[in-house]
Amino acid sequence: MLEVIDLECVRGDRRLFTGLSFELNPGELLHLHGHNGSGKTTLMRAVCGLIYPTAGKVLWKGEESRRLGDDFNRDLVYVGHKNGIKDDLNGSENLRIASVLDGVPISEQQAWEALAKLGLRGHEDLPTRVLSQGQKRRVSLARLLVHRAPLWILDEPFTALDSAAVELLQSVIREHVERGGMVILTTHQEVSLTRGHERQLRLGWKEDGDV
Amino acid sequence: MFESFLVVVRRDLTLAMRRRSDVFSTLFFFVIVVSLFPLGIGPELNTLRLIAPGVVWVAALLASMLALERLFATDFDDGTLEQMLLAPQPMFIMVLAKVTAHWLVTGVPLVLMAPLLGLQYDLNTEALGVLLVSLLLGTPALSLIGAIGAALTIGLRGGGVLVSLLVLPLCIPVLIFGAGAVEANISGLGEQGHLSMMGAILVISLLLAPLATTAALRVSAE
Repeated sequence: MLEVIDLECVRGDRRLFTGLSFELNPGELLHLHGHNGSGKTTLMRAVCGLIYPTAGKVLWKGEESRRLGDDFNRDLVYVGHKNGIKDDLNGSENLRIASVLDGVPISEQQAWEALAKLGLRGHEDLPTRVLSQGQKRRVSLARLLVHRAPLWILDEPFTALDSAAVELLQSVIREHVERGGMVILTTHQEVSLTRGHERQLRLGWKEDGDV
Repeated sequence: MFESFLVVVRRDLTLAMRRRSDVFSTLFFFVIVVSLFPLGIGPELNTLRLIAPGVVWVAALLASMLALERLFATDFDDGTLEQMLLAPQPMFIMVLAKVTAHWLVTGVPLVLMAPLLGLQYDLNTEALGVLLVSLLLGTPALSLIGAIGAALTIGLRGGGVLVSLLVLPLCIPVLIFGAGAVEANISGLGEQGHLSMMGAILVISLLLAPLATTAALRVSAE
């Protein structure tokens, strides 16, 4: 279970949010809303531990995530704005390297299956440099299929994807939530996600920390 | 843990092999700089023998600076760096792996090329041997120390010059003992003391530089 207590982040000289608290239980999805620059990405990066929050803390299973260190990282997948793949490596190489670093090594076969599932059959051995934006995004998202971490933090996962891929990703997220996983995501697109287990969090200057 | 070390080393070597121009630009920079001095100074063997250790070492230092900028910058740009920071692996190991790969790609070619270039300066076989050993001990230390500067300057515009300004002063001890070892050998004093100091510098930077680099990366990746 993820708990965020009294989080405050300041970027530059602007206070993005203060006194922000929420909790996320297994089988729940948190959908972050907010206009551009309202601090959605900052919040996600602070929860991951990539940014030091000015105040407040993030608890994972009752313990401070920063103190848990690698034990927290093992339970987390983060897909950010940047795809996190190397242009000169092909899809399966990218995926297999990521899987070793994530601590769940996969075989060549599994990598190809995951990529095929995301509609990249026939592109597995091309350097990702020659792929389109949407295809690169798919390679990056293939990590979600091979990783067994309970907490997914997805920053605009649907950008550059076509409608078929959006559909597929939605079903992957839905399955994950139904299995008891936790998801935090932002998107500006209208998407239908899990009904019932979805919670919304709105960020904006006027309603600081309003849940 | 060891597996992740190997994976990162292999990844960076594969990337270097697919972008060979980066590797060769460092090596050719070194070759050209070292070769320019005999041309500029003239074939006066006594002078050349005198300046050889210093010239080769300064050239090696500058060549290794040249490649530093790209050490973390490309990983930062495509987001693989933040994935490494979030991976459940000790960052110390990953930094060590990245520096190892960087040294294999940019340092080792310099070490192997140096004796050949030393011939232009009329160094004898023994002095060439010492030059090789001193570079073998010194270039990994340069990569390790340079990694701190590279980590601090990712995401900055004009980072390349800044890296050199930050790192070159820190490399002075390596330069003094590296060139000193060869000079000591030529003058018949024995190179043992200098080489031992270089070994000590290498061990210390091996232990401390990855820690500093990790801290710098966490700050820069924010």
